[in-house]
Amino acid sequence: MEKFTKLSGIAAPLDLVNIDTDMIIPKQFLKTIKRSGLGVNLFDEMRYDDDRNEIESFVLNQPAYRDAQILVAGDNFGCGSSREHAPWAIADFGITCVIAPSYADIFYNNCFKNGILPIALPQEQVDVLMKDAEKGANARIEVDLEAQTITSSDGEVFSFEVDAFKKHCLMNGLDDIGLTMEKAAAIDTFEAAAASARPWV
Amino acid sequence: MSPKTLYDKIWDAHVAHEADDGTCLLYIDRHLVHEVTSPQAFEGLRMTGRTVRAPEKTIAVPDHNVPTTLDRANAATMTEDSRIQVEALDKNAKEFGLHYYPVTDVRQGVVHIVGPEQGWTLPGMTVVCGDSHTATHGAFGSLAHGIGTSEVEHVLATQTLIQKKSKNMKVEITGKLAPGVTAKDVTMAVIGLTGTAGGTGYVIEYCGEAIQSLSMEGRMTVCNMAIEGGARAGLIAPDQTTYDYCMGRPHAPKGAEWEAALAYWKTLFTDEGAHFDKVLTIKGEDIAPLVTWGTSPEDVLPIDGVVPDPASFQGGKAGAAQRSIDYMGLTAGQKLTDIKIDTVFIGSCTNGRIEDFRAAAAILKGKKIKDGMRAMVVPGSGLVRAQAEEEGIAQIFIDAGFEWRLAGCSMCLAMNPDQLAPGERCAATSNRNFEGRQGRGGRTHLVSPAMAAAAAITGHLTDVRDLM
Repeated sequence: MEKFTKLSGIAAPLDLVNIDTDMIIPKQFLKTIKRSGLGVNLFDEMRYDDDRNEIESFVLNQPAYRDAQILVAGDNFGCGSSREHAPWAIADFGITCVIAPSYADIFYNNCFKNGILPIALPQEQVDVLMKDAEKGANARIEVDLEAQTITSSDGEVFSFEVDAFKKHCLMNGLDDIGLTMEKAAAIDTFEAAAASARPWV
Repeated sequence: MSPKTLYDKIWDAHVAHEADDGTCLLYIDRHLVHEVTSPQAFEGLRMTGRTVRAPEKTIAVPDHNVPTTLDRANAATMTEDSRIQVEALDKNAKEFGLHYYPVTDVRQGVVHIVGPEQGWTLPGMTVVCGDSHTATHGAFGSLAHGIGTSEVEHVLATQTLIQKKSKNMKVEITGKLAPGVTAKDVTMAVIGLTGTAGGTGYVIEYCGEAIQSLSMEGRMTVCNMAIEGGARAGLIAPDQTTYDYCMGRPHAPKGAEWEAALAYWKTLFTDEGAHFDKVLTIKGEDIAPLVTWGTSPEDVLPIDGVVPDPASFQGGKAGAAQRSIDYMGLTAGQKLTDIKIDTVFIGSCTNGRIEDFRAAAAILKGKKIKDGMRAMVVPGSGLVRAQAEEEGIAQIFIDAGFEWRLAGCSMCLAMNPDQLAPGERCAATSNRNFEGRQGRGGRTHLVSPAMAAAAAITGHLTDVRDLM
């Protein structure tokens, strides 16, 4: 997995609540057996018209935001389907940090498996960063995972919370499965005890 | 010992390792796998030289992509990319030695219907699947939730998940449900009150007389949509209804093992005085047949209501409501019963079980669907289909003008050819009314099976109580 430590980048504002994973990557793109190549279809139905032409008004089609690395969005981001294609598409587009007031559970976890940092901030702070992002390409937002801070283009600093274990894995690009396999003895012990306590399982 | 909730008990029984910071390895008893969210996970195993730790606890079934038309044995009914995914599952299931129900097997169906039907899902278990509607299995008093593909790979390799414990939420539905009100209305009523993020960070335990009175099918409908309220999982304590459903299922315990299991299952309830972080109580009598008007499952109203005025929404939701109304092609103040429908879909992991079909058939018996209506029933499994045919229910649907299909996810998420065209409007018994969910530009109104049947007859959203 790609490491995430610091990022200074353009933030795209997407001021909608309840952005679901069907919006992030519609079902017709789930028929892949690979993880890569989904960035071109990120937000597909908002981004392209029926003839596959770009819809100019959509934020990621605007010249200022075509290279956005950060997305600022509304409450309950990533709700709905568990599809990991959503973070795959976001990362493949080049966005590695999302800022929103809250996230749906499964999407939030999926981000950390793909080198994406989802940051939850109080609504009023997201509002400030949304305004900042609306300034366009000259307004770069800085994210520092080690210090757990976001700095707006005006120099305003916001602190954010992140689970220590998730932070550690993201900063070092660690493979969860490898870490868990180091605890194989504990799993073996548990499995043997469970098999005798609940043999029908 | 301090009193525990049902969730606490199941959690405690599955912690294989706990780190100092509270990060746990949760042991997984059942891993369900389908074709859409698993190919990258199996590929990951191959690339790292890993294998499936517990293939005997891993069950695979293709459901999302498969055509539901009677000619689906003909490969030409599937697009090439769909066929590649189904073939990949076939190959992975065989190579890694999983329990597998291919499309040609009568037991094939939607993974969340097949699991309980075959007795894979039992009380007190941990159940995961790369699908958010895994919450369905919570109806058995098992801790069940959706996971992403990286986690699918993690469970395949280690039979565990890295987890932190959620908080406890109690949703109590007291009293009795009125005639015409079903489990679907109950679960939609809860989401209408909590909103789609009200359950985020929680595991919900549903309880109360109205929940206890539900069949297993109804309980699965309730838990299925826990995820639409943002909850990690939904749970219902097992009782005699649960035991009766499980007994005799192909993979349920038998004989002395059954007795031992039963003794254990009887310990699976929330202790008197256990702490809940959040409590919601609804009177069963107050729940009416419901319908969604917008593009979020929280956009719920009683069928005798009107399309809301976006200006009436608080906290930044006015914009979202306006966007929903525009997408849905509705007008504020419009009576919900005046909304015309051109498509009806009965099926999905929410409402694709035999009881759902009985409820719809009771409304449809001796009647015809509206001229020009496209109506389809998609059984949740081949066995549901067979049972409905045996009970004469299939014939009622066919006589009314419904298409009687083979099992799969179908128009719930429209990954197979069953889709809405732009502007088409569907009364659906599925779980999501998101923009484009049933097809680009398609409009979805979520309802119970009985309400879907009523709309099929009249051609508009209808109060099923008027047809009873």
